[in-house]
Amino acid sequence: MHAMGVFATLPLPWPFDRDYMQYALAAGLVVGVCAPLIGVFLVQQRLSLMGDGIGHLAFAGVAAGLLLEVWPLWTALIAAVAGALAIEALRSRGRTSGDLALALWFYGGIAAGVVLAGRAGSGGTAIVPYLFGSILTIDASDVVTIALLGLGIVATLTLLGRVLFAVVVDEESARVAGLPVRLGNSAVAVLTAVTVVAAMRVVGVLLIAALMVLPVASGRVLARSFRSTMVISTAVGVVAVVVGLFAARAWGLAPGGSIVLVAAAVFAVTNLTGLRQRLAGRSRHDHDDVHHHGHHGHHDHHDHHDHHDHGGGGHTH
Amino acid sequence: MTSIPPVLAAHDVSYSYGDTRAVDHVDLAIGAGEFVALVGPNGSGKSTLLRLLLGLLPPHTGRVECLGAAPNTLRDRWRIGYVPQRRILDLDLPATVEEVVVSGRTARRGWWRFAGRADRSLVDHALEAVALGDLRRRPVGRLSGGQQQRVLIARALVSEPAVLVLDEPIAGVDRASQVLFRDSLLHLVEHHDTAVLLVSHELGAVADDLDRVVVLKQRVVFDGPPAELAATGVSLGVHADDLPRWLEELAP
Repeated sequence: MHAMGVFATLPLPWPFDRDYMQYALAAGLVVGVCAPLIGVFLVQQRLSLMGDGIGHLAFAGVAAGLLLEVWPLWTALIAAVAGALAIEALRSRGRTSGDLALALWFYGGIAAGVVLAGRAGSGGTAIVPYLFGSILTIDASDVVTIALLGLGIVATLTLLGRVLFAVVVDEESARVAGLPVRLGNSAVAVLTAVTVVAAMRVVGVLLIAALMVLPVASGRVLARSFRSTMVISTAVGVVAVVVGLFAARAWGLAPGGSIVLVAAAVFAVTNLTGLRQRLAGRSRHDHDDVHHHGHHGHHDHHDHHDHHDHGGGGHTH
Repeated sequence: MTSIPPVLAAHDVSYSYGDTRAVDHVDLAIGAGEFVALVGPNGSGKSTLLRLLLGLLPPHTGRVECLGAAPNTLRDRWRIGYVPQRRILDLDLPATVEEVVVSGRTARRGWWRFAGRADRSLVDHALEAVALGDLRRRPVGRLSGGQQQRVLIARALVSEPAVLVLDEPIAGVDRASQVLFRDSLLHLVEHHDTAVLLVSHELGAVADDLDRVVVLKQRVVFDGPPAELAATGVSLGVHADDLPRWLEELAP
């Protein structure tokens, strides 16, 4: 441990009674909050795999750091941010589909990482903690770094959140209104990269995208508004971290994998029950329309028909 | 028009996709408080002209003016209220009617600011104007097509635009919603001096209230009051297949 002396061991109950568990919990909570917050925007923009692609770039960055014998988190951050901006530039110009752009970085990154790690000596084993996460070996200085990255993510989202929401509703209207759309899209890319680096030690590059996507998939089913989607997704992320770490200590499981499995379980449960809820919601909706029509003289019932008729407007260009 | 600059103007504007000319030397000006429909058959270039006027496409010849400035130099871009086709709404977007409408205020308020009380009251007002006050907490994906169209109109209204540009707002919307829609547009034109440009291939319930109809078929083939167009034997009325049929028959 670094002699930071800043963090005394807090009197928390088992399994968080030991300082290494408390560091793990602190780092995990930052990631549990931040990954879903940025994931909400990625999922809505159909960029669910963005975190994965950038994770592979961060992997190459870590390998480069080990080779150059500098702190791998910094080289990972540089590789991830540069890669994220490049992906966003390709995507926004529409030169290549987002899908292929991601695949390019995905494989290029992992290949470069493998090559660099092989050159770094020690048979490349030093890179393993970054692949699968090593939350129990996190020390005080790691916690400080991760917390600062998390703070940056939350601050940026607080500043740009309204722009990002306008973009997910309709990017073109946002552009017409003069909102800084390019800044917003680039910020999402950079924040994804920062989240990936912050989460690397917690769940590992292989599982980062899961923490960005699975809690959001649960939140979207349970919530009725964008705000509550963010709140619920974040809550699922936090629960996954706490329960995952608990399980890891109790049964000696790999912490990163346990955290993601909890998030996956929540996803499975909410989507199975959520499906039923949705179907119920649909039929309630139909009923509402009739009701409104009768009582308020609205025209909801009539124009409900064109809900199913999206071809009606497709005549122009 | 008048001595004050038009809110939207195209001067000799052309645009081509490869060898296909979509918009061919078009001149068009819309003054403050004017209610104008831009109509044309499929493939007449009206969507392209709309995108040129909004500054989403750069013209190949000529120039576009929004509120007296080139679109990319215009600072108060929120003064252009844009209502896209309702199909742009992602039915899976987990957002309420109110959230979507509030987002229309973001540019006007300053994008880094949170919505305040003044914003809320404008949102209330806009929701009332499009008769969606009761549905404000409903997810937009659970609304009917006509209701979604009205959400997008309310979203444009909250920025208190000088000109409202609507892309195919009538397509597939039933007659009753069209009347409601017409009334809210007329309110804007009469009480707020807002100019309205409606881009459509049909006119439905708004036909009788327009100041001008502009017929586009790559070029402007007609620009005048609806009565004058009607005098050529084209009925703009509600049941009208007349206008679309006439548009299709127009010589290129």
